[in-house]
Amino acid sequence: MLVLALDTATPTVVVGVVDIDPPAESGWYGLGARATRSVPSGNRHAETLGALIPAVLHESGIRMAELAAVVVGLGPGPFTGLRVGVMTAAALADALGVPAYGVCTHDAIATMHEALAGSVPDGTTVPAEGFTVVTDARRKECYWADYNSSGIRISGPHVERPADVVARPDWRRNGLVIGDSVFSEALETEVVPAGPDPMGLVLAARGLTAGERPGPLEPLYLRRPDAQPPSARKLVTPR
Amino acid sequence: MSEYPGGPLILGIETSCDETGVGIVAGHRLLADAVASSVTEHARFGGVVPEVASRAHLEAMVPTVHRACAEAGVTPSDVDAIAVTAGPGLTGALLVGVAAAKAYALALGKPLYGVNHLAAHVAVDILEHGPLPQPAVALLVSGGHSSLLRVDDITGSITPLGSTIDDAAGEAFDKVARVLGLPFPGGPHIDRLACAGSAEAIAFPRGLTGPRDAPYNFSFSGLKSAVARWVERLERDGSPVPVADVAASFQEAVVDVLTAKAVRACRETGMEHLILGGGVAANSRLRALAETRAAANGLLLRVPRPGLCTDNGAMVAALGSLLVDAGVPASSEELGADSTLPVTLVSVPA
Ligand SMILES: [Zn+2]
Repeated sequence: MLVLALDTATPTVVVGVVDIDPPAESGWYGLGARATRSVPSGNRHAETLGALIPAVLHESGIRMAELAAVVVGLGPGPFTGLRVGVMTAAALADALGVPAYGVCTHDAIATMHEALAGSVPDGTTVPAEGFTVVTDARRKECYWADYNSSGIRISGPHVERPADVVARPDWRRNGLVIGDSVFSEALETEVVPAGPDPMGLVLAARGLTAGERPGPLEPLYLRRPDAQPPSARKLVTPR
Repeated sequence: MSEYPGGPLILGIETSCDETGVGIVAGHRLLADAVASSVTEHARFGGVVPEVASRAHLEAMVPTVHRACAEAGVTPSDVDAIAVTAGPGLTGALLVGVAAAKAYALALGKPLYGVNHLAAHVAVDILEHGPLPQPAVALLVSGGHSSLLRVDDITGSITPLGSTIDDAAGEAFDKVARVLGLPFPGGPHIDRLACAGSAEAIAFPRGLTGPRDAPYNFSFSGLKSAVARWVERLERDGSPVPVADVAASFQEAVVDVLTAKAVRACRETGMEHLILGGGVAANSRLRALAETRAAANGLLLRVPRPGLCTDNGAMVAALGSLLVDAGVPASSEELGADSTLPVTLVSVPA
């Protein structure tokens, strides 16, 4: 069964076709990636995503109609880029008549890290006390969430200034932090680079593999829109 | 090509401001016009909040597509092409529509046309009155734009003649409504109140109408301040404000300038046809005065019904249908949104 997975919650657009029941010899965690792309695209997620979806389908040698489900990262992430991915997934799924599953982008990063630690002899480990995922929230803030050693989220996602994160009593000083390494200095610890990827997104979509019906695709905004109801009318005549 | 009588079956998506619009046309025939508005969510902020609008577009898109398809009695796979507003407008809001349109086009294997919102405001009239008279002058007025255009070919040759140098006409309506204690959006309230007032009660200024002023540009910021000063003077004196007279006199100042400049543009460019569009073209006094002045000057006026003047998906579909008929190439899969897309670009090229 072929699934299109995509994420636009970070500065990198991620798209891939994943087989969730591949031939036994080729599978990894029961999954086979047919084609994946990760492209840094800054503020051009819509433009990039439009070209990457046909590209991964072409590379996979499949047609749109062969997709059985769509998985999308719901963030947290900067709003405009995040919405491009969520809207794309919702409209694709609607047009194809297939379900769309939303997952927390941090869960996708964490699940992938935990899966790699269990299967790849490259030094990737998960400490017994768990780990933290951090991504860029712009405006000098970060999104972060805590995971246990099985890759299950136990706190978050939150949005905070790094200085406030470090000052929290429950902050895991000297613990493993993965995600956007730009925060290494501000979080006073090395952030091991990690981002969402199609396999991680599908692994984190537990409802998909369990055959459950998907929930609504609601982005994890975490912040309210910036807007204040106007105060009293400003007078134009000087008093 | 689909079997629908009238021409290609086009699904149009509009998200440039606070209306999520999905329209379906078959050539010049309107089959569906579904609109979900987030306007009530903006009311307490006194204006459209871009992030609020963008969130609402995402929530409303798929249900609005379903509503339009049900109304038209078609399924998305029946359509021949998809058109979407690529600009001008609010970037975050535009991108929701572009992402949705692109995904539907990709999934259904249909061509995608990224189109200009202003040109779509002109094109929509084909759904009510048939083929556009060309060449023509178009006056487009709304909360986001006020411009005079020369339209030689709606699918590829539009020349801007002038536009507002400060507030859009609709913006002036909203601001004056606030001064008068009326809710957002102000246009319909002022229109209604003005019916009970006198348009000659107060001589509010007509911006940029001096002999040396740019003949086709508009300015409404000075008018808005003049109304505020006039109201504040009465309030300070403890006198009652004749709200209906203020509304009528303000409205008259706006539509007087709009119609005078539109008629002048027609005369000076030798055009016989004037087309009105945009949300402010739903204003009853603007429609009436445009009618009177067009007739007095031997001009043929075309104004779509009010429901087609405000932002909607049908106008995008209408322009899409004209582009398909003209054989204009579709946009590429890397289509983005351009908040300042110039009106000279009717569709975003491949
Ligand atoms: Zn408009």
